[in-house]
Amino acid sequence: MSDDPGGVPAGSGQDQGGTENPRPGDGPASPASPADPAGSAGAGGDAAASGPAGSADDQGDASAERGLGRFRGLDRAILDAIIHGSPTVVTILAVISALVLGALIIAFSDTAVLHAWASFFSAPGAAISAAWQSIASAYSALFEGAIFNPHTVAAAFHGGSVGAIFYPLSETASEATPLVLTGLSVALAFRAGLFNIGAASQWIGGAIVVTYLGFAVSLPPVIHVIVCLAGGFAGGAVMGWLVGDLKARTGAHEVIVTIMLNYIMYDLLSYVLDTPKALQLPHQANLISPNIAADAQLPHVGGPPPQVGVGFLVALAAAAGMWWLLERSTTGFEFRTVGANPSAARTAGMSVQKTWILAMLLAGGLAGLSGAVTIQGSFYSLNFQSYGTYGIDGITVALLGRARPAGVVLAALLFGALNAGGPVMEAATSVPIDIAEVIEGLIVLFVAAPPLIRAVFRLREARGSGMEAIAKGWNG
Amino acid sequence: MELELRGITKRFGSLVANDHIDLAVAPGEIRGLLGENGAGKTTLMNVLYGLVQPDEGEILVDGKQVTIHSPKDAINAKIGMVHQHFMLVPVFTVAENVALGVEQQRKLKIGSLPGIPTGLLDRGRARRQVIELSERYGLQVNPDVRIEDLPVGVQQRVEIIKALLRQASVLILDEPTAVLTPGETEDLFRVMRELREGGRSIVFISHKLKEVQTIADKITVIRRGKVVGERPPSTSDAELAALMVGRPVELKVSKEPAKPADVVLEVTDLTVAGAAGLAAAGQDSRNSVDGVSFQVRAGEILGIAGVQGNGQTELCEALMGLLPSGGQVRLDGKDISRATPHDRLRSGISYIPEDRREDGLVSDFSVADNLVLDLYDRKPFASGIAMDLPAIRANARTLTTEFDVRTSSIDATVGTLSGGNQQKVILAREVGRRVRLLLASQPTRGLDVGSIEFVHRRIIEERDQGVAVIIVSSELDEIYALADRIAVMYEGQITGFRPPSVPVTELGLLMAGVRNGAAADPAGSDGNPDDGPPGGGSAGRTEPT
Repeated sequence: MSDDPGGVPAGSGQDQGGTENPRPGDGPASPASPADPAGSAGAGGDAAASGPAGSADDQGDASAERGLGRFRGLDRAILDAIIHGSPTVVTILAVISALVLGALIIAFSDTAVLHAWASFFSAPGAAISAAWQSIASAYSALFEGAIFNPHTVAAAFHGGSVGAIFYPLSETASEATPLVLTGLSVALAFRAGLFNIGAASQWIGGAIVVTYLGFAVSLPPVIHVIVCLAGGFAGGAVMGWLVGDLKARTGAHEVIVTIMLNYIMYDLLSYVLDTPKALQLPHQANLISPNIAADAQLPHVGGPPPQVGVGFLVALAAAAGMWWLLERSTTGFEFRTVGANPSAARTAGMSVQKTWILAMLLAGGLAGLSGAVTIQGSFYSLNFQSYGTYGIDGITVALLGRARPAGVVLAALLFGALNAGGPVMEAATSVPIDIAEVIEGLIVLFVAAPPLIRAVFRLREARGSGMEAIAKGWNG
Repeated sequence: MELELRGITKRFGSLVANDHIDLAVAPGEIRGLLGENGAGKTTLMNVLYGLVQPDEGEILVDGKQVTIHSPKDAINAKIGMVHQHFMLVPVFTVAENVALGVEQQRKLKIGSLPGIPTGLLDRGRARRQVIELSERYGLQVNPDVRIEDLPVGVQQRVEIIKALLRQASVLILDEPTAVLTPGETEDLFRVMRELREGGRSIVFISHKLKEVQTIADKITVIRRGKVVGERPPSTSDAELAALMVGRPVELKVSKEPAKPADVVLEVTDLTVAGAAGLAAAGQDSRNSVDGVSFQVRAGEILGIAGVQGNGQTELCEALMGLLPSGGQVRLDGKDISRATPHDRLRSGISYIPEDRREDGLVSDFSVADNLVLDLYDRKPFASGIAMDLPAIRANARTLTTEFDVRTSSIDATVGTLSGGNQQKVILAREVGRRVRLLLASQPTRGLDVGSIEFVHRRIIEERDQGVAVIIVSSELDEIYALADRIAVMYEGQITGFRPPSVPVTELGLLMAGVRNGAAADPAGSDGNPDDGPPGGGSAGRTEPT
């Protein structure tokens, strides 16, 4: 949502980092644990479980213990808030509220409207109608750009193209494709109890591999596409695995590691794009790679022009696959158990560390796949424009989709629609494209803020009996 | 102050949690409110404290009707409540916690003018109040200690001070002993008596018969949302239990003498280093489990007694491979000292963890999922990595019926179940399969009489089917009811093995770390615990060695 890909991760990273801080003393070294015999209650049990870090024994993995201990704190409350926080109706209300607020911003950033309002007391009708017109034209342009333009229907009746009717929708799908995948990446990690802030770095990991395989390797047509997609997945998976492995081995928190990797990969991207021996297009001063071979590009299906990129189908397939993995497979059961209650997972014989590694690997793979479909499906070359802000937007998509595959797809489509309609709106009216981004931001704010606030203040949504919000207090 | 509830009714959907409940508490009375988990005790008290609005009925204070819509109204009506889960800020001191919500500003005194508020927190005043109340009621609370450094029992007293400071005349204690050790419970009872002398009324909610009999002046029994009787504290256990459960209850499950067979578990010199639990007591150099050796045979129950925090938790976790440990653990002769928790489960150990909410269940998961939590990757629940949902659901239907888990559906999240039913879910999961060794830590903590009977009966059934059983419990009643052999732990070591005929006083001494020389079991010292305990006759067995 920002043009500076470096800045955004830092900003959201500080948010996440900040939320880590309130429980720094939760490590095994903490002497705060009461010596009371009722050690099982509250913090006592915590400390007892993560206690013997000083053990000289070779079996123990002190860092992992520490990770578990810390996880019982705010992380878990936030995850719980994200996954169980808002019912669907809240999400819909958030979207409506954001559109209303966006409308006000549209109206009052329009100079003509402001002039009309200056003479509000002499001609209130004019002021209100000016505001209304401004809002209506902006939103109808947005709608026409993203979903459906009535003019194309009229044109179709007069011999125009029927396909043009669906053009806005195909734009929306195309814009949504990489967002679905980065959103799934973040969501998958959420479900396993991990905060993957690193979809951006994993995207780059995937995109670099795809670009290289795309222009430097020649393969038969269909195979080339598949190899590139697999390569993109692998490139991202390596980045994700690195994060998971570091967390499992050393207890390094994934938020810190992924943010740092975002910077590292961003700089690596500019290096490889600036180095002719690497990925830079020869005889070019710009940071741009060569186009990938035509047989590595993802085709469009459905015939011109109402067409759907195969990338979108890949994204939908990934969402379906993730749903199956989470809800129907033992691996997903492990993910969800570790995400919901790591100590119960451990007691049930699951390896929390292995789960972390595998979840991050798959999450990274999905983000890498996002890089692959972006390069193979729409841009055909790697540069900072194709890099965009998919990695960071994936977090907001996952939040909005409540970390569920279907939710992520819908959220990505909503964002895709706003992204597709934005330029049309700007062209048709004087409303800047940034308004679409403002609306995206507002939606996320409205959806994410209440559960996050509840989480930070340890308030529980009153479930069932309606008394737990108060009765649970700090131990809740 | 006299408090009266008339015809209180509260429904949650189709469930009637309180059904026309009448209750009158006189000044200076300790009223015991006895009922099973889910009987509606807590709902009633939440009505009284304004956390829940009743559908019908009225609350009278000194004969006058009051409306209580929020805890604030309750406080104004001089009703105070100490919740099962404390509502204290861990990083604040006692005085700060007590002042929370009723902060006093420091006043600037100039001559005879009334004080001018300075906006500064008057910590001194809160401290003085804590000290004063603490002395008056013998609470022994230091106002300057941070909450997180205090044992649970003292934290509870801080909650009591908070209520007293808000001028509570009626104090509601919701399952206050659930988190306390026997000693702390005694302290609490002493404090409660002091408060009664001071003219305050106390409503003491519990499902533990003995405690209610000990402390209450009058006992009100609630079952399924209705008051089913009021009894004096002299009423017999059996009568109270029957009232509570609605049918005659066996308080002590009868069992046949054990028929121990082959050694299933052999633990040699098990050691777990460094104990966070003891660190605060300045004993951090000690091992939390220190060279423990014992054997358990098929078809016998070894009860591990001891005051909590003496290494029992660590012992269980080490046996499950959840904590790194030294020494050797052999299951059926196979060394499993280095096996992962997963491998140990698969080699035939069942584990009922002490902290079921934290370690035993995933409260956001359905009952069905929780019933396969540690079997999810095994046939018939999975083939390859695909889970078999019909099999999981069938398993859930069978087990919920067999173990009488009361849930609206097998898809309900386990967090919505009562404590007893949650424990039944774990029990069903761990006992509902064929195992070699059942390791149960505090299996009935927080359960009501009806559920305890059920759990005990199932555990004895397991034993009779030839399973080796280890019960870790800080409740001596439970140890006596179940164990065929008793081991006592103190500071990470086993201070002795005894037959179940051992007198309580002797166990008490062992639990306090006194190894009374000659009477001590020879097994305790030479690492061969199966040398017959002197009085093993009660279990009706002769020692094979």
